[in-house]
Amino acid sequence: MIAVLDYDAGNLTSVACAVRHLGHEPEITRDPDVVRSAERVIFPGVGAAGSSMESLEKLGLAAALRDAHSAGKPILGICIGCQVVFSSSEEDGGTNCLGLLEGEVVRFRFAEGSRRKVPHMGWNEVRFTDPHPVLEGIPAGSQFYFVHSYYVEPAEPGVALGMTSYGGIDFTAAVAKDNLVAVQFHAEKSGPAGLRLLDNFLGWSP
Amino acid sequence: MLSKRLIVCLDVRDGKVTKGVQFKGNVEVGEPVEMAGEYYRQGVDELVFYDITASAEGRPIDIEMVREVAKRIFIPFSVGGGIRDLDDMREVLLAGAEKVSVNSLAVREPGIIADGARAFGNQCIVLGMDALEVGASESIPSGYEIVVKGGRERTGIDMLEWAKRAEALGAGEICLNSIDADGTRDGYELTATRMVSRAVEIPVIASGGAGTSEHLARVLTDGEADAALIASMVHFLGFTIAGIKGELAAAGIRVRLETGNAEAD
Repeated sequence: MIAVLDYDAGNLTSVACAVRHLGHEPEITRDPDVVRSAERVIFPGVGAAGSSMESLEKLGLAAALRDAHSAGKPILGICIGCQVVFSSSEEDGGTNCLGLLEGEVVRFRFAEGSRRKVPHMGWNEVRFTDPHPVLEGIPAGSQFYFVHSYYVEPAEPGVALGMTSYGGIDFTAAVAKDNLVAVQFHAEKSGPAGLRLLDNFLGWSP
Repeated sequence: MLSKRLIVCLDVRDGKVTKGVQFKGNVEVGEPVEMAGEYYRQGVDELVFYDITASAEGRPIDIEMVREVAKRIFIPFSVGGGIRDLDDMREVLLAGAEKVSVNSLAVREPGIIADGARAFGNQCIVLGMDALEVGASESIPSGYEIVVKGGRERTGIDMLEWAKRAEALGAGEICLNSIDADGTRDGYELTATRMVSRAVEIPVIASGGAGTSEHLARVLTDGEADAALIASMVHFLGFTIAGIKGELAAAGIRVRLETGNAEAD
């Protein structure tokens, strides 16, 4: 069973639609036991790190995610779900996160008058830096759909899977370590390249 | 580097996509769900469904259509035209739309922008605004006035003042439609688009007047728009998404050249 985490962090319909399109029936859940018994877990979300962590803790899903992670289940974090797997985020005056990966989440900062827009919204290229089973068949130069104001800075350089440039900042757009993959872009809204990544994840045995 | 977005607008009336042709009223151009799938396959970056009857006749949005679209296309799409309140926004977003667009509702009740942004996130709220060139005056310093009801009613609100206020209230994007350029196919309103784009930090979508790829290229460079909205060009004029993007790329504009997958439906 594929658990899609529902923790009041935005809209799960598009993730569910994409998973169904790929031939699987997702279980949208906020039950920690369902997450613990799932075969694999998709951890999506939009919103702020502070309120997301608050919901995850309150619902008991933070502990369930840590358990699923240490049990070796494949986990895919998307957008805010990519950020809160790290140690901490600057958002909301500093937020302690899940700590499945070491590193910090920081805000885009551009010089005054640079006219760079935040959030980084739209299609941008991800330059994949390391091969990984979830990236199989995705053409080099593929673009993905992003909407975010913060990005991850992994403490271990080996976890970065892909980089994206925005306004002169090269940020980590995808990470992977052991049974965890996390992407800053919305794979479920990124056309064929995004669907390919999701499909690869759904068939992945770490 | 972030790509410039190409967005196709589908005006829906009685379950069919229509397009206003100047002096001829609306003509039917096809089935919304099928057309959405076709533009997805051609590689469009985003779609907008504008339920033109919903607003004029006070009818709710066709939510079943939104659900069907969400099952078939895997790119962002927004729904606008018939949003009356937060409950409508929630329904449309839960049906699978990425964003909702408000226009005249926000003019009447600007608080809906803040309420929507707080409930669903800024990125969900697109402010559509229709601007009419009226000449600069004390009350309209930018020279462009916000109009509603398809341009039939002036509001006395200055375009730039409204754009900045909407951003402060929490709008995630602005879609600026020029009433003067709309339907002419003579090109976008470059001056107004550039003024708005410089006045706010949120993305600006240019709308109204596209007839050639060159028009898009100009509004995405000189007009400083982040995205360009088109309708007639692909509905009637024989342009394809890939063709337009190819021309934009040849003009040195960064676009996404992948196309949608064949198994979309």
